[in-house]
Amino acid sequence: MKRTVRVTVNGVTHTHEVEPRLLLVHYIRDTLGLTGTHIGCDTSNCGTCTILMNGRAVKSCTLLAAQADGAKLQTVEGLATNGELHPIQEGFWEEHGLQCGFCTPGMMLAALDLLQRVPNPTEEQIRWGIEGNLCRCTGYQHIINSIQYAAQKMRGETPRKAAR
Amino acid sequence: MAVSKLFGASIKRREDPRLITGKATYTDDLQLPGMAYAQIVRSPHAHARITRLDVEAARRYPGVVAVYTGRDLQGVLNPIPTAWLIPNSDLKTPPHPALAVDTVRYVGDGVAVVVAEDRYTARDAAGLIEVDYEPLPAVVDQVKAVEQSDAPQLHAEAPRNVAFTWVLASGDADKAFQEAERDGVIVSQGFINQRLIPNAMEPRSVVARYNSGSGELTVWYTTQNPHIARLLMSVVTGIPEQKVRIIAPEVGGGFGSKIPFYPDEAIVAFCARHTGRPVKWTEDRRENYLTTIHGRDHVTDLDVAARKDGTITAVRGKTWANLGAYLSTAAPGIPTILHGLMLTGCYTIPNVSYKVVGVFTNTAPVDAYRGAGRPEATYLIERMMDCLAARLGLDPADVRRRNFIPPDRFPYTTATGLTYDSGNYEPALDKALEAIEYSRIREDQKKGPKNGRYLGVGLSTYTEICGMGPSAVVGSTGFQGGLWESAVVRLHPTGKATVFTGTSPHGQGEETTFAQIVADELGLPIDDIDVVHGDTGAGPMGWGTYGSRTTVVGGGAIALAARRVREKAAKIAAHLLEAAEGDLVFDQGRFFVRGSPDRAKTIQEATLQAYLAWNLPPGVEPSMEASAFYDPSNFTFPFGTHVAVVKVNAETGEIEFRRYVAVDDCGKVINPLIVDGQVHGGIVQGVAQALWEGAVYNTEGQLLTGSMADYAVPKAHMFPTFRTDRTETPSPHNPLGVKGVGETGTIASTPAVVNAVIDALRPFGIMHLDMPLTPERVWTAIHGKSRR
Repeated sequence: MKRTVRVTVNGVTHTHEVEPRLLLVHYIRDTLGLTGTHIGCDTSNCGTCTILMNGRAVKSCTLLAAQADGAKLQTVEGLATNGELHPIQEGFWEEHGLQCGFCTPGMMLAALDLLQRVPNPTEEQIRWGIEGNLCRCTGYQHIINSIQYAAQKMRGETPRKAAR
Repeated sequence: MAVSKLFGASIKRREDPRLITGKATYTDDLQLPGMAYAQIVRSPHAHARITRLDVEAARRYPGVVAVYTGRDLQGVLNPIPTAWLIPNSDLKTPPHPALAVDTVRYVGDGVAVVVAEDRYTARDAAGLIEVDYEPLPAVVDQVKAVEQSDAPQLHAEAPRNVAFTWVLASGDADKAFQEAERDGVIVSQGFINQRLIPNAMEPRSVVARYNSGSGELTVWYTTQNPHIARLLMSVVTGIPEQKVRIIAPEVGGGFGSKIPFYPDEAIVAFCARHTGRPVKWTEDRRENYLTTIHGRDHVTDLDVAARKDGTITAVRGKTWANLGAYLSTAAPGIPTILHGLMLTGCYTIPNVSYKVVGVFTNTAPVDAYRGAGRPEATYLIERMMDCLAARLGLDPADVRRRNFIPPDRFPYTTATGLTYDSGNYEPALDKALEAIEYSRIREDQKKGPKNGRYLGVGLSTYTEICGMGPSAVVGSTGFQGGLWESAVVRLHPTGKATVFTGTSPHGQGEETTFAQIVADELGLPIDDIDVVHGDTGAGPMGWGTYGSRTTVVGGGAIALAARRVREKAAKIAAHLLEAAEGDLVFDQGRFFVRGSPDRAKTIQEATLQAYLAWNLPPGVEPSMEASAFYDPSNFTFPFGTHVAVVKVNAETGEIEFRRYVAVDDCGKVINPLIVDGQVHGGIVQGVAQALWEGAVYNTEGQLLTGSMADYAVPKAHMFPTFRTDRTETPSPHNPLGVKGVGETGTIASTPAVVNAVIDALRPFGIMHLDMPLTPERVWTAIHGKSRR
């Protein structure tokens, strides 16, 4: 009954025998112990479980682990390299883009997907670009600022902090 | 950090590095050796008798550790208590068993629990439990539950489903209404403050471990108030309080929904104790919607009496407050103490007559949701100000000015019996009107609609009660606890500090703001200070995070404890410097002799000596720490003005949310960046009530908005950029002059937005619409009216 799943997560390759019905998010959290990816709903609405799969944002509660066989995954644990924060993480920290932090990993990965497609987004593009991710704490405004900060940094500019 | 004074500085948060790297530990992230998983079986009926419960197939299912029903818990777990026994109200407190035994009273009421080796097996086995129900008629509408003679009865102890009737009377409202009838104006309006679902992004979760050798129960869980949880866990399980340790690890938002003590934490503790295994339970979002508390749900009839110049002389009304099937922890106090007492808002209304009927219905329990009673009160009075202005043909801003409590009358005792600590309402109003360009909007309105879009502007000039609170006062309101707060400030031999607080922040940023307070008080580098919270095993008793009390009361306690540390350090420094203590000056962490800045000892040097204890002054004990238990002398009353600008598309009923200005006065501000974040988040939750959100049960008690696909949690693209500003009127009675800001946005924004929409709809003769203002509702109001 079990299926073999071979995935590369944050650059490390794992092979496991899993139940066919095992959700990818449970595989990431419970099997791999990468608990930075969270679960906030069961209807693919909240986006807290967002990860990158082969470079694109997906909701890992809506995929089976078996469907990820052969894929390259990136989770929040894989954002920083050599102890240095990714620009998206730096943006969220500098611009107070988080409060309770529960939606934050998914929000950052959804933002990263957006910035890879649209390197210089308008505020409107950011607001629509993260529509698959809910935040109940921040009112989104500081998240927008955080993503703008990261966009500048990723374009090689010196980020300007948002006006207050 | 190149900031010499941290109080008032927008420094970035110290809790963030772990949160943005995935290194934070929320309850569901915990894995304990031998851990099993619980799944609670819940009633699909809103009201039914359990006629048969067969768990044998589930017990036999491979991987199942245990199955328990309500009968197994009976006599072992005490009923889940209510902790706010409002006085003079004939409050009924029918028992709330952790798992139902004979009767279920709402969809989601627990009937059994399965413990299994993993969560998938637990869920499989739960599906094998057979329950036969004999459905009973249900009632979900609180007015029908009371007023309809044949309404189903929920509890034998509460005839006509009335949990309590609470009456507030002050002055002579009848006389004021008689006068208004003769020579003034009376405005009457019905209001519905719809039921909301809090939607903390992190679902509730519990991990319990019982050590039968030591008798210790350790529970990690999603609570805003671990010390209260320990007390209630002890009461419900019978395990002595000193054997219970509650740990709130990272908590992913609460908004009031993680204040209550739920049946689930008692059930999971029971399972851990009786299986001998650590047990984890995490609700899914559907369970969250069905069983985590809801908020608001008031039906109100309200009248105001006023003179023709707009001076309000009295307010009179009745509210039916839906409490759901059982009384949640703070439920009775929310629609009464936190609501009724705030009914007069920031106005000098001398006469009040108000009745609140708390009602049991076959719905999820209702308790504190962000603002808790105050958004409902502010909505009533702020909508009424606009109704009155419309009736008299006055500008809503002018009617508010006429009724504001003048700044020279603070501290001001309201007709409802509260004493507002400080306030200066007009500068905030002026600032907001200027920022939104109010007079220009009024001019634009005169030009009529553009492309079928009607412009509207809405105000909300609010005040609210925060900083809960003076213990003797909250005790007199029936709250079964004190609301002082604790702090320990401990300097270690190396001069680094650990600060313990009895509050339990879960996103509000107090690990940063509290460190800012201590850094200033003791002249320590902020990176040398850690703030510890959320563990009953770590610091002294405290009361938790809610009611915008954490910075006010918890921060006050920390400031006092830090000052005690500084006093002790000064004694030691004076002794080491062979100087009189009175001759010492303390600046930036150094004690020096006045006039001789080189004769100095740092606080770190004094601290090291305090631990070595080789040379302490007579009567001074070793170590360098102090505790403080701060009980405030009053509540705090932040205030401000919020203004919303909308355009209503008359053809579609759609509302374009154009601009928003918030001018808040929360007293002294420790970290403006964090305060802005609190305001933004609050605004979004309040606007969502005005425009989109609402929990809907059908008449059989099924929750129709039972998932995030059906309930409109707002998204980023639904908002314009908010503009925030502040005025600063310090609280005169606490050590920091702060007032609290966690709930202001939610309290202020709902009426501001509704007022703006009704303002836009004035050309159609529409005086009021109930929330949420969906396009359908707006369209129907416009086109229903214009056809006549």
